[in-house]
Amino acid sequence: MTQVLDKPTELRAPVSPAERTARRRALLEWIAVHALGVAAALFFVLPFVFVVLTSLMSDNQALSRDLVPDTWEWGNYTKVLDTPGFLTWWRNTLLYAGAGTALTVLSSVPVAYALAKFRFRGRNLSLMLVISMMMLPPQVIIIPMYLFWAKQLDLSGTLWPLIVPMAFGDAFSIFLLRQFLTTIPNEYLDAAKVDGCGDLRTLLKVVLPMAKPGIAAVALFQFFYAWNDYFGPQIYASENPGAWTLSYGLESFKGAHHTDWNLTMAATVLVMAPVILVFFFAQKAFVEGVTLTGVKG
Amino acid sequence: MATHTPRAGAGSAGLAAKHRRQALRTLAFMSPWLIGFGVFFAYPLVSTVYFSFMKYDGFGVPEFRGLGNWSYVFNDYPMFWPALRNTLWLVLVMVSCRVVFGLGVGLLITRIRTGTGVFRTLFYLPYLAPPVAATLAFVFLLNPGTGPVNSVLDGLGLPTPGWFTDATWSKPALTMLALWGVGDLMVIFMAALLDVPREQYEAAELDGASAWQRFRFVTLPNISPIVMFAVVTGVIQTMQYYTQPLVAGKVASGVIGGSGQQFEPGYPDKSTLTLPQLVYNLGFQRFDYGSACVVALVLFALSMVFTAFLMRRRGGLIQAGD
Repeated sequence: MTQVLDKPTELRAPVSPAERTARRRALLEWIAVHALGVAAALFFVLPFVFVVLTSLMSDNQALSRDLVPDTWEWGNYTKVLDTPGFLTWWRNTLLYAGAGTALTVLSSVPVAYALAKFRFRGRNLSLMLVISMMMLPPQVIIIPMYLFWAKQLDLSGTLWPLIVPMAFGDAFSIFLLRQFLTTIPNEYLDAAKVDGCGDLRTLLKVVLPMAKPGIAAVALFQFFYAWNDYFGPQIYASENPGAWTLSYGLESFKGAHHTDWNLTMAATVLVMAPVILVFFFAQKAFVEGVTLTGVKG
Repeated sequence: MATHTPRAGAGSAGLAAKHRRQALRTLAFMSPWLIGFGVFFAYPLVSTVYFSFMKYDGFGVPEFRGLGNWSYVFNDYPMFWPALRNTLWLVLVMVSCRVVFGLGVGLLITRIRTGTGVFRTLFYLPYLAPPVAATLAFVFLLNPGTGPVNSVLDGLGLPTPGWFTDATWSKPALTMLALWGVGDLMVIFMAALLDVPREQYEAAELDGASAWQRFRFVTLPNISPIVMFAVVTGVIQTMQYYTQPLVAGKVASGVIGGSGQQFEPGYPDKSTLTLPQLVYNLGFQRFDYGSACVVALVLFALSMVFTAFLMRRRGGLIQAGD
């Protein structure tokens, strides 16, 4: 309704009183909706703003109730980057997120393809088990897993216990990809078969190019998962600061800089920024992924 | 189906070979997950059940303890019932607030005509903030002494709660943090709202339905499967709620000192305890692996009940079969 009334062509016709009321109502609604939008935007954005402002305050001012810095201390960021360990945490996070993402995609695609397109006994059962694994809190199986990695393989203090399992399929990624692959029409697969493609070739040459958006979404989710993971590094890496990731190290940062909210907030910004940058470059794939599954990782 | 195969007359030997080839192919494609399922799900789950009856501190040999761990967790472990009560609070208050707020923001974004893309991005962005970073930010924003929120409240002459340092306000503070990251629900609701057939609204309008009536009798029935989905996944996520309450409690209490000090989760006064934190506390702070496994199994049972619910519903929820 609104769009039609907004069109300037309508203005030329003589305006009846009823139409004028309708147009005024549409305008009032526009104002109300957008005022609410601005209010909501403030709620979502102000926390970021206050965090950034505080990260630029001097040590003394960070202890006050001021909201805006008197002097802009960009040096806070170099101080954080110079903190012993901070760059190591960056490197570890990139390793965990990068290797983990690559392994997840490699191992999850064939499984998702089989679940989406092959007909076999136990397919529905497998899918239900995948969903169950996806919904399982990681704490449920952590005791045996920790004993396995730490006592039997002596790998505590490293990130291997977090990276290696990703070579064996990740339930959330399998589910998301499966949802995506079921939308590919079977005719394409049949055509490939007629052309003499085997299953592997069909997957590589026909399915993969069509599944790019799904794979992009999975890779993004998995990257963010590793970047954000706190529990995993806490269990396996806490004893060795050389293996910490950003999310885990960030918390200890507050401990080392007990009262320095400015430095803690600068570190917080440095952990948030890459995620937000990645999002801006890959917004579409991300939002598609969310609507596809409706579940976060 | 054998009867549909044109070469059925070629004999059952060829057919059997074809079936065997297909089974092998399926097995090959499924193999990463089959191994993962065995090693990282089935085995540890069985092992967790085993340990729940054992006394084990990580050294020596596990000793059989019968139901000792179970009775310890339910009767003597001081953190179990507070954690369960907190979980109930979070399910009732935090999940419903998130669903209502997410739906509200979703409705709002579908009606915004100017700058829709900018608004949508701004609303969605906080959802992406890494949990530890977002929690640190909120502990700062809500810190009672110098935090911006209390500064503003004080300036307006309003009461200034202790938020993460006050047992009655810590869960509401966590709820605010959860509402800040409502972007996932917003996107889901937005998609659902745009799917509601426009004709139904037009028909309702012709019948003279008010805005509320249109929402109640057109929008809500159309999106109710998605609302249901949001509620159930919200409950499942609450079972996994770990990082935010633990980090908030830790940072707000000021007890962080690398290796030396040990932080007992739940600050202030057990008000931020959740079940996953108990597994950590029992297993990795008290080295009582047996009792940790008891809590893990309680957590498992609760999660699976809600997951089963999610899979059984037809319609907009997760569908396992075709």
